[in-house]
Amino acid sequence: MTAAEVERPAGVRRLGKGVTRGIRAWGPPTLLLVGLLAVWEIAVRSFGIKQFILPRPLAIAETWVTYLPELYAAARYTFLEILAGLVIGATAGIVIGIVTARYRFMQDSLMPFAVAASSVPILAFAPLFNNWFGLDQQLSKAMVAAVLCFFPVMINTVRGLTNVDARALELLRSYAASEAAVFRKLRVPNSLPFVFTALRLAVTLATIGAVVGEYFAAPRSSLGQYIATYSAFLNFERSWAAIVFACIIGIGLYLIVAIAERVVMPWYDRQAEWR
Amino acid sequence: MTTEGQSQARPVVEIAGVSKVFDGRAQRATRVEALVGIDLSIAAGEFVSLIGPSGCGKSTLLRLIGDLTPPTSGTITVNGKPAERARRDRDYGMVFQAPILFDWRTVQGNVELPLEISGASKAQRQQRAMEHLRLVELSDFAGHYPWQLSGGMQQRVAIARALAVDPALLLMDEPFGALDEMTRERMNLELLKIWERTETTIVFVTHSIAEAVFLSTRVVVMSPRPGRISSIIDIDLPRERNVETRELEQYFHLVTAVREALRGDERSGGSPDEDGDDIAARRVAAEGLSG
Repeated sequence: MTAAEVERPAGVRRLGKGVTRGIRAWGPPTLLLVGLLAVWEIAVRSFGIKQFILPRPLAIAETWVTYLPELYAAARYTFLEILAGLVIGATAGIVIGIVTARYRFMQDSLMPFAVAASSVPILAFAPLFNNWFGLDQQLSKAMVAAVLCFFPVMINTVRGLTNVDARALELLRSYAASEAAVFRKLRVPNSLPFVFTALRLAVTLATIGAVVGEYFAAPRSSLGQYIATYSAFLNFERSWAAIVFACIIGIGLYLIVAIAERVVMPWYDRQAEWR
Repeated sequence: MTTEGQSQARPVVEIAGVSKVFDGRAQRATRVEALVGIDLSIAAGEFVSLIGPSGCGKSTLLRLIGDLTPPTSGTITVNGKPAERARRDRDYGMVFQAPILFDWRTVQGNVELPLEISGASKAQRQQRAMEHLRLVELSDFAGHYPWQLSGGMQQRVAIARALAVDPALLLMDEPFGALDEMTRERMNLELLKIWERTETTIVFVTHSIAEAVFLSTRVVVMSPRPGRISSIIDIDLPRERNVETRELEQYFHLVTAVREALRGDERSGGSPDEDGDDIAARRVAAEGLSG
């Protein structure tokens, strides 16, 4: 009845203290990263580790700056593949997931295959995809990324739509709610945390799929070929510089998904899962 | 067995010859007779409690009235129509033991849910939601999310949600069972206030003798195996009830009457293999004493 009666669970986000919270959240990991890079730099120098075993971070940074234009062009090429793969894979996963969740027989017949397929090393098919969709085509790499994304997104969509509280279903039954209303008001919101979990996974998988797909066949100006070619020439600083770009893409996409999640599900506290 | 209200008004709930059998996987061995030969009539404005040990089918009976599960035989009439029709017409509101609030909706959004489903306009929804949040004294928390509220507050939101459609009938399945004793007593008083203000009919399932006597106009005592009504006790306490009601001599007499009715079942139905139910019945009796 009074404000004092409100219990504030540990997960309550306090608005207004955004900056303090930002420093608290980002400070420790940033410090750790800088520390690790420093240890790396010092270790390579003091133990005299050879460049082709492990280049120094500063040397990588130098290479990164020197070759920025061509690295950027390669990254742009690969980024498009990742993005296309994500859009194709996630859309197909959500759509087929919705259809599967709707029909019991589809769940019974499709889900075992989907679960089995998601534990198949799909990357092993990458050379075949190159064969099907064109060796130096972006489409072939996008398709590897798409297939990698598809299964987790589809499986989680089905789980999110079907794993609803039986009591909530009963409540809606007492309101004489239509199937459509149950879908919109219960199943969809219930599935969002599941779908976003899958999307977080999907951005990582799409990045891996595209880059590794390029190892087998792609134009010179792609991150995968860049990494593979300069590794072959023992010019590891340039491989590392391209890997840094791949990391930036992967982390960037992950952050976009995380932000979208906050916007779409302001009520959901993912950090509570870790506690 | 009849109260004044019953003779005046047309019954809101009419249960005739109802039984419910749960058939476990078509095997005779797992057949459970949850309810047999249930006849009960509930008049408009009554507050009827269903009480009995675990397995007596009191929750099942409530779910039958709400058409959440169909009876095996017999008829259930709500507001003069079959229970299914009444559910489709949204004639009743239901409150379960758990609040079952949607995490992704604010308190107000949760109360608006049944109104959204029945197709009320946005203005109407807001107005009715706020009106009923005021009724349960939670207007200040309209914008909060359920997980920001205590258990008692969450259950009050669930009550506001059930009342938002102005149901002729309110079905409550151990709504305060998960609350501590103090909160439960306060909620009892609040529920009585709401009952007076809304003049709705309430069917209330509970484990607690004290709660049943304090709230009801009639207490329906049930017994298990098979689930049946063993006696119905009129609660002729003054309609105006407050903290002092629990200290009236009449109140103690009624608590004793209900306890004895429950114990009577224990004696008549008590074969040695029914220890579980004995314990359940004793727990109910003990709860009554502590109240």
